[in-house]
Amino acid sequence: MKLVLEPEQQELRSTVRKFLADRSPSAKVREAMASDRGYDADLWNRMAGLGVLGLVVPEELGGAGAGQVERSVVLEELGRALTPSPFLASAVLATDVLLAVDDDAARTELLPRLAAGELVGTVAVGEGGAGWDRQGGATTATARGGSWELAGTKTLVLTGDTADLVLVYASTPDGPGWFAVDGDAAGLIRTVLTGLDPTRRLARLTFAATPARPLVAADPAAAFDLVADLAAVALAAEQVGGLQRAMELTVDYAKVRVQFGRLIGSYQAVKHGCAEMYSAWEHAVSVLRYAAWVADHDRAELPLAAALAQTYIGPAYFAAATDMVQYHGGVGYTWEHDAHLYYKRAKSSELLFGGPALHRTRLADRLGV
Amino acid sequence: MIMVDATQDYRSSVRAWLTAHAPGPAAGLTSDEQLRRAREFQAALYDAGYAGITWPKEVGGQGLGTAEQQVFSEEAADFELPTYPFIIGMGMCGPTLVDLGTPEQKHRYLPRLLCGEEIWCQLFSEPGAGSDVASLQTRAVRDGDGWVVNGQKVWTTNAQWADYGALLARTDPDRPKHAGLTMFIVDMRAPGVTVRPLRDMSGRAPFNEVYFDDVRIPDDGVIGEVNRGWQAAVAMLGHERVSIGATRRPRSNPLEFASLVELARHEGVAADPARRERLAELYAHERALELFNARMRQETAAGNPPGVRGSVAKLAGALLLRRAIETASDLAGADAVAWDPDDARAAELALGINSAPASSIAGGTNEVQRNIIGERILGLPKEPQVDRDLPFKEIKVGTQRQGGVR
Repeated sequence: MKLVLEPEQQELRSTVRKFLADRSPSAKVREAMASDRGYDADLWNRMAGLGVLGLVVPEELGGAGAGQVERSVVLEELGRALTPSPFLASAVLATDVLLAVDDDAARTELLPRLAAGELVGTVAVGEGGAGWDRQGGATTATARGGSWELAGTKTLVLTGDTADLVLVYASTPDGPGWFAVDGDAAGLIRTVLTGLDPTRRLARLTFAATPARPLVAADPAAAFDLVADLAAVALAAEQVGGLQRAMELTVDYAKVRVQFGRLIGSYQAVKHGCAEMYSAWEHAVSVLRYAAWVADHDRAELPLAAALAQTYIGPAYFAAATDMVQYHGGVGYTWEHDAHLYYKRAKSSELLFGGPALHRTRLADRLGV
Repeated sequence: MIMVDATQDYRSSVRAWLTAHAPGPAAGLTSDEQLRRAREFQAALYDAGYAGITWPKEVGGQGLGTAEQQVFSEEAADFELPTYPFIIGMGMCGPTLVDLGTPEQKHRYLPRLLCGEEIWCQLFSEPGAGSDVASLQTRAVRDGDGWVVNGQKVWTTNAQWADYGALLARTDPDRPKHAGLTMFIVDMRAPGVTVRPLRDMSGRAPFNEVYFDDVRIPDDGVIGEVNRGWQAAVAMLGHERVSIGATRRPRSNPLEFASLVELARHEGVAADPARRERLAELYAHERALELFNARMRQETAAGNPPGVRGSVAKLAGALLLRRAIETASDLAGADAVAWDPDDARAAELALGINSAPASSIAGGTNEVQRNIIGERILGLPKEPQVDRDLPFKEIKVGTQRQGGVR
């Protein structure tokens, strides 16, 4: 088990950090979150140019042939910068579904385009607040003649309003299956949702006799499990990056803000709170490195590691973001300051794949308790 | 766990040696028998070349690096080794003598420590000087060609066995508190040294109080320089932090996740959703700390020792115990209130609950750890130090006493 980044991975981190500092500073984040699309398409193209969209895609399919550790490094930086981006939807979820199923034709056709950023993909799995249902939920896929049609509603679809490609997990008479749907398919209604986190665009997709292409999968539920666990690790990486930045900005502020004639960071009430934020980050990053390493090297342990990552890191980020607002005092409660963006991202992320109770229960299952 | 290849051979030989030489369980042995076993085992370590792994060869050590020390600690964690009487000497006093001792001191004391002949203790804390050790009041007064010591130390581990102690005493009360201290080697068998067991809140007495009444120390007992004892103490506390960081949890602990799962089953609540979530949450915090420690070990092996980040692990370990007590309470409920005298499981849990506060205090309180993290890792401004530059005799210390007045 390797819990320390290799020099090349550290270099990747520096490159992405510098790129996002230049291209996605706070002003750009705010511009993107208020835009129609919800993200900066130009930035997305530049990220494709950096080669980070296909990190886990094999080289023969247009990717970098790297691994989960590298992808988690990029996600940490995106989480740090709060960059609104389809990365989690397209470079994580949609990419992982195509890698997890057994459809060579779809892989060959779609993965190079996802890796190149020509196509933005997403997945539609969740149907409500209870997390993802590995049975496929109430959305059904029905064969009519030689083709398939979808009916039902999926929600909390990341970048669901504009994605070019939607990979849907739906029920069939023979069990759950994966289906590819064009973003502009007939009978697909996409509704932008109002989100707790303005930097994360989510949509509800309603399918009514929507034409869909079935993806070949020997065991669609096994693919679902793998995608869900990898998503938990990927989200954890974003969360660790956000936690780190929330801690750093709070510490920086405590070093310059004076009240009662002293820097507030000299007061133990504030200093000790900062120490707790730092401690949480050290633990969170350790859990993340473990989970990302496991995702690359020990798939048997991945379910446990993924549940651990969400159980520990999700609440830790929200606690840190809460403290970030608190220690900034009044200015932390303004719209102008970025603290609220970390706070909202942290809470929204903690709940995105089902919430702490669900993750704890899942962890207990996987520990055999 | 995959480790760097360079230490693989070393690891194999350590493991083989420990497997062949680690003594069996100590349960049922008298205190004297345990001490004898500890001395024998330390001597065996020395003969085999596993004592003082990072110490220089000229003082009897092995002259190896922290990577080898870490390999040894990791392998040793799988055994219950009888090294307790030597932990203060090997972990703190010895390394400080390596740093600061005169050639004569190194030659006189270090080989006998390494081979199990002599036991050491550390004499810093006092009733009036806990977190603020530099405010200590034990006095050492110049007298002819030596010093005369009066005062009281507390929380002294292993003093009941110790042959020598590293004593921090005030040699100049006219200087500010940090600038008037000196570290001495004190003969624990000298006239005027009284060691009394100190009973703690768990009911056990693993520590001692030590009283000094006109105890004479010869001039060659000074470690480092007169009135530079604080620098020596900082060096020693740095070794303590490494020593605590290297210590792994004992294999069986009533408040660890595995024990609490057993408790849940024993209580018949292991299938209850709320209890399962509690257990999972405890596991997450326990595992996160293990992974943080593993990450620091990997960084150390790669040549980046964690330094003061050890405070993060120390603090987290203490907070983890508090969390575990909450979990245990949710599992055991009123069954933890009273039990049959022969119920070893319940007694062990109660001892775990009643000894847990030690980890939030000993070796630097949680509050001190948070200060260290805040100031030394994050670079936050220090608290205003109102007494730092005043002569010691003018400041208040402890709960009531004026520094210069006893």
